[in-house]
Amino acid sequence: MTSLADNQFKGANKIRKTAFINGSILITESCVRAGADIFIGYPITPADLLYQYAVKRYPKMMAGPDEITTLQWMSGFAATGHIPVTATSFPGYALMIESVNMAFMMELPIVIILVQRLGPATGTATVGAMGDLSVVNGTISGGFHLPTFAISNMKDCWDLPARAIKTAVRLRTPVVLLTSKEMIMTLCSFDTSELGEINKKQISTYEGEEEYYSYRPDNDGIPPFLPLTQNRHQVRLTASTHDMKGIIQNSSQEAINNTKRLHNKIINHLDSFSFYEINEQPGADTLIVSYDVSAQAARKAVYELKLIGKPVSLLIAKTILPIPDVYMDILNKYSKVIIPEENLDGQFRHLLFGKAGRNGVSGVNGIAKMISPEAIIAEVLK
Amino acid sequence: MSTIKFLTDNELPFCKGCGHARVAKNTEKALLKLGFDPLDVILITDIGCHGIIDKSFLTHTVHGLHGRSVALAGGISMGISEPGKKTVVFIGDGGATIGMQHLIGAAHHGLNMTVVVHNNMLYGMTGGQPSEFTPCGFRTPVLPEGSKNEGYDICKLISSAGSSYTERVLGIGDYSDSLAAAFSTKGFSLVEVMEICPSYGTKSNPGLKLSTLVKGAGLEVKVFKSTNKYRSHSIIKPIETNLLSEEHLIEKVFETGLKGSVSVSLAGSAGEGIQLAAEFLAKAAMKSGLHVTKKGSYPVTVGVGFSAADVIISSEPIDFTGISLPDILIITSSDGLSYARATAAGMNKGKILIDDQLEPPVTGAEIIKVPFRKKAGEKNCSLYSIFWFLNTFHHLPVDAIKQVFLENKISAKIPIEKMMEV
Repeated sequence: MTSLADNQFKGANKIRKTAFINGSILITESCVRAGADIFIGYPITPADLLYQYAVKRYPKMMAGPDEITTLQWMSGFAATGHIPVTATSFPGYALMIESVNMAFMMELPIVIILVQRLGPATGTATVGAMGDLSVVNGTISGGFHLPTFAISNMKDCWDLPARAIKTAVRLRTPVVLLTSKEMIMTLCSFDTSELGEINKKQISTYEGEEEYYSYRPDNDGIPPFLPLTQNRHQVRLTASTHDMKGIIQNSSQEAINNTKRLHNKIINHLDSFSFYEINEQPGADTLIVSYDVSAQAARKAVYELKLIGKPVSLLIAKTILPIPDVYMDILNKYSKVIIPEENLDGQFRHLLFGKAGRNGVSGVNGIAKMISPEAIIAEVLK
Repeated sequence: MSTIKFLTDNELPFCKGCGHARVAKNTEKALLKLGFDPLDVILITDIGCHGIIDKSFLTHTVHGLHGRSVALAGGISMGISEPGKKTVVFIGDGGATIGMQHLIGAAHHGLNMTVVVHNNMLYGMTGGQPSEFTPCGFRTPVLPEGSKNEGYDICKLISSAGSSYTERVLGIGDYSDSLAAAFSTKGFSLVEVMEICPSYGTKSNPGLKLSTLVKGAGLEVKVFKSTNKYRSHSIIKPIETNLLSEEHLIEKVFETGLKGSVSVSLAGSAGEGIQLAAEFLAKAAMKSGLHVTKKGSYPVTVGVGFSAADVIISSEPIDFTGISLPDILIITSSDGLSYARATAAGMNKGKILIDDQLEPPVTGAEIIKVPFRKKAGEKNCSLYSIFWFLNTFHHLPVDAIKQVFLENKISAKIPIEKMMEV
């Protein structure tokens, strides 16, 4: 958790040597330093830069012939002890969905960077958007949760990919890193000396002597991993409903308990991957909740409102799915909640408040251009 | 021969008379002949009746999605660096239908695996629907009059795609030598095992012999000529060890009195250096100790049409990288004018610098006509516009943009004096 105020008043005079880079460089470097050792990609705008930097930086990089193959290859690599990453946009993500379900069921760590663009369908490839939260939320059949992080600024481009890798490996699950064209393509002056160190995430493996069951969990609800490359124990992986050994079952109690565990292991560890920024202003009755690229406008709006004597609090959600409980605690403290999003119907707003909504909750929405600070300020002052 | 077992002692989970059981037993026999350890074998199964064999095998087993087993096996085989491992895929004709691209691709890339196609020419698990492998005249419960199309000849397709070993066998008797030949081939190999489903195929085609059916369908039972030799898959290795290298760092060397921010939008044509000009402006600002953002806009066809860029330079950190209406709008071509016309219309202050050959747009901003194209030509007009802007309005030290220019290889082609003309 960082204080927004610290960042806002940092003067230019301190800066002597600064990098001129985009978020894609930081994301790529972060993933590799965190332990990702292969990138598999199928080219798609606006995720192109992540592909280009992957060619230069990942220990291994492969050009998938399509997005389904990409996810299948990633799953295969993950099953042999690698940590794979890909980057795509909605059309590619749509093709990946069944395979993401497979990786989720098999409990394989992979990271998908979803660079949002204007839809529906092929829409406009070179225009940004925040239109895919709903589809990510609905990715796993049955309503299971994919841990999902949303990048809100350049620093997040450094911090969140590493956290995505660590979460994927720790929880043995696919993780989505949600971002958008603006965030990964815009070049910025950026002081890289502020970046924290990233430690490589090691995959821990089962070291026991007794018979290994691929889906027998430890006390933390997560089964220890063994790659298909070893020959000490038999490994069984399956996308179908299965028992602890990994044998297909119809609906035996053991198998259903295993399926329930897939839900619980994410929820029970949510605190370990709940990341957000909170800037609570004394006397504020209004809270702006933001994520992804709209957080840029939200930060500026809060800053400018403070200058005119209107204190407003700001919550920037970085863990976007599942929704951390602490967000509810924060939301409940404010009579007025404003959620800017670059989509038409307020996808995060609906996730937080449902169709019924709540008095005092409103959105600032639009498509095809960034939500502006002025629009947020107008909503606050309305 | 090894006495190690690859199959459990349990009864195999298939209908009486199903050829899938024979595939399993022949696979075990072939692996035994080759001396594999069960845990050096990874069996990847597809969706379909054959896929329920997992629980009977003592190898590693992976059971994925319908049609995707070959792609999954590709990832597994490429992820293995240890020697002596064997990746085997079991797939049906339905899975091979939906996953044909994966099969062709795996053969084309020479991915290290053996695919055993259990071809019983229909979908057995869902009621006997025809697949793309159902031969002409073959009847199924949903096609009682018989298929009117020829089925795929997977062996011809795969051998021409680059398979290292391809063979079609009748799924009767002992064909373990054929499987062993495939298993011991490096790279991609495929064995198609012809079967008739006892539940749907036999009942719909009473008295039909497998050999008669296969021959009548024009499917040759033989080893197909290999069209390619084993080659390793193409994994790209890294060329950089740190993307945050010194080359991205820009040092502050100039002073500026700029307070607050200035937003500059450039609108021109693809191929006329708009993005480079914007980057030069941003770098010049950084050399002057300012914060900057730069982003481009262009159609997906990057080589034609408009090209536009937004640059914000600021004495304070920039939270919001968008520009609603710029302080300065520079238009260097008719493509740029078309793109920026709406922006210009919204501006009721600021300046629009526009090539003097263009008809100025309707705007409330101050219009300044400059002969950008005449002075610098179409290729360099964008860059020239930035020089002209800084030479005229001095938002940044002119020496800053000069230094950026001279540090770039473009300076070898264009005399800086040309850029400095006002």
